[in-house]
Amino acid sequence: MDYTFEQISSQVRRDIVRMVAKAASGHPGGSLSSTDIMTYLFFREMQVSPETWKRNGQGLDMFFLSAGHITPVYYSVLARRGYFPVEELNTFRLFGTRLQGHPCVEKGLPGVNQAAGSLGQGLSVAAGAAAGKKIAGDPHRVFCLVGDGESEEGQIWEAALVAAHHKLDNLVAITDWNGQQIDGSTEDVAGLGDLESKWKAFGWEVIVADGHCFKSIEKAFAEAREKGGNGKPVMILFRTEMGHGVDFMAGTHKWHGKNPSPEQCEEAMKQLQETMGDF
Amino acid sequence: MKEYIDTGKKDTRSGFGAGLAELGRTNPRVVALTADLKGSLKMDEFAAEHPERYFECGIAEANMIGMAAGLAIDGFVPFAGTFANFATARVYDQIRQSVCYSNTNVKIAASHAGITLGEDGATHQTLEDIGMMRMLPGMTVLCPCDYNQTKAATIAAAEWEGPVYLRFGRPSVPNFTDPDEKFVIGKAQQLSEGSGVTILATGHLVWEAIQAVKELEAKGVSVDLFNIHTIKPLDEEAILRSVAKTGKVVCAEEHLIAGGLGEAVAGLLARNNPVPMRFVAINDTFGQSGKPAQLMQAYGLDAAHIVEAALSL
Repeated sequence: MDYTFEQISSQVRRDIVRMVAKAASGHPGGSLSSTDIMTYLFFREMQVSPETWKRNGQGLDMFFLSAGHITPVYYSVLARRGYFPVEELNTFRLFGTRLQGHPCVEKGLPGVNQAAGSLGQGLSVAAGAAAGKKIAGDPHRVFCLVGDGESEEGQIWEAALVAAHHKLDNLVAITDWNGQQIDGSTEDVAGLGDLESKWKAFGWEVIVADGHCFKSIEKAFAEAREKGGNGKPVMILFRTEMGHGVDFMAGTHKWHGKNPSPEQCEEAMKQLQETMGDF
Repeated sequence: MKEYIDTGKKDTRSGFGAGLAELGRTNPRVVALTADLKGSLKMDEFAAEHPERYFECGIAEANMIGMAAGLAIDGFVPFAGTFANFATARVYDQIRQSVCYSNTNVKIAASHAGITLGEDGATHQTLEDIGMMRMLPGMTVLCPCDYNQTKAATIAAAEWEGPVYLRFGRPSVPNFTDPDEKFVIGKAQQLSEGSGVTILATGHLVWEAIQAVKELEAKGVSVDLFNIHTIKPLDEEAILRSVAKTGKVVCAEEHLIAGGLGEAVAGLLARNNPVPMRFVAINDTFGQSGKPAQLMQAYGLDAAHIVEAALSL
């Protein structure tokens, strides 16, 4: 059965809130802000093969999550796309699970090719994978999701500089620009300023788009495809809202890493339609 | 003891460069990265012969480790090379998460390790790296003793599946091991047999230990001497067998006592067969500028100090 992006996103958002509520821990805010982007990436943009997934990604597009804490959206999208059974979302953050609080490869969860959690590292790993695809003559691309708060890490800018230097034009980075981080708004914590100019100055193709409008997301990725292969890596800055889709979680840093109570979870479920069947 | 002949002084980093160059010709999966230290790490030959498999990463070590991890995920065998301090302390979290926890097949090539870096002084003389790398689950720690062995260790590291820390140095030191001997990871190399005392040495201190054994034998002390070129996994069987015979141990290394070979051995013996030990290593201090030989003497790392330690047991 085919679902619209909106239907998939709605189910993924339900999964996110229910996983975090059930585990009584986890990160709903950034998961909800990047849901629409992740849905579009895994259900349309990337050439993937969930059933035959291999860590080395040969002959397919690869995805790296750099902002490792948004595992709720990552695991939900992977499960909904068929990498592993949806029922396994029940085990999120529980002892012995493959769905660790932050992603790891040790437990062998299909779809996860690199550990993340300590911020700032994923873009470098993605750059290395993109460099490897060039050596191997594999024309597929490497995608990487970075948080805006995460972009305060110096290593992000090391990767920005070196990926441009090596002309890794098969690398597509995505920033979930929700403007919030643990201690407050990004501008209050350590002002990121004009991210668009910063990435341009580092030698990247930069696209700015609305990360909650599928038409805008589609257009941005189409533009990224066009600009790919031109000697520059591509950054898509998606304007998003922290906690998007659940009114009492939206637009605030307070739900970065906080779990809803059972009552709050119930309230959120009223706002999000069940479309693909809850786990 | 068998006689070990210095065939001419060479730096161990050149052994790495020669090993990497050989790998470049024999293994198309081997790639190399550096952080503005291609010349210092003798990677020029590989870079010139395989420009498509060589990545200059600039003075941005954290990103270099991450890129190496990404190349490893693709199925390549990356050697990421820089000075030992920048290859460990500066990028510890990157090695922890992107390399060890992610089990990526990355080889960390760490040059200019230890006090014998010399004139550059304490900022560059890493004396903590063995400890840091030993602590990481899944990391293999190699510390070969001369040019020939460093070349062989480089080739062995490429064949080994999983993260490897390969430690070597800057100064020219005696080159005495058999160039045709295969480097077996995890297998201690016995250099002399005796029953009076066990000496376990690693890296540049293996040659010093050989000189010490000559002196000890002249004084009537027979020595079981091992080159512990693999600090992790430690050759526990060989060490326990030797200690059961001699009942005393000297460990010698160009590193702090904290976290080094000596502490690894002490832990092994505490769990199995506690015996008196001496630590020829640096005790809780940073280094300083000076000539390598001068520093080895000043910080108590030369043959004379190994003899003294053995006789004090």
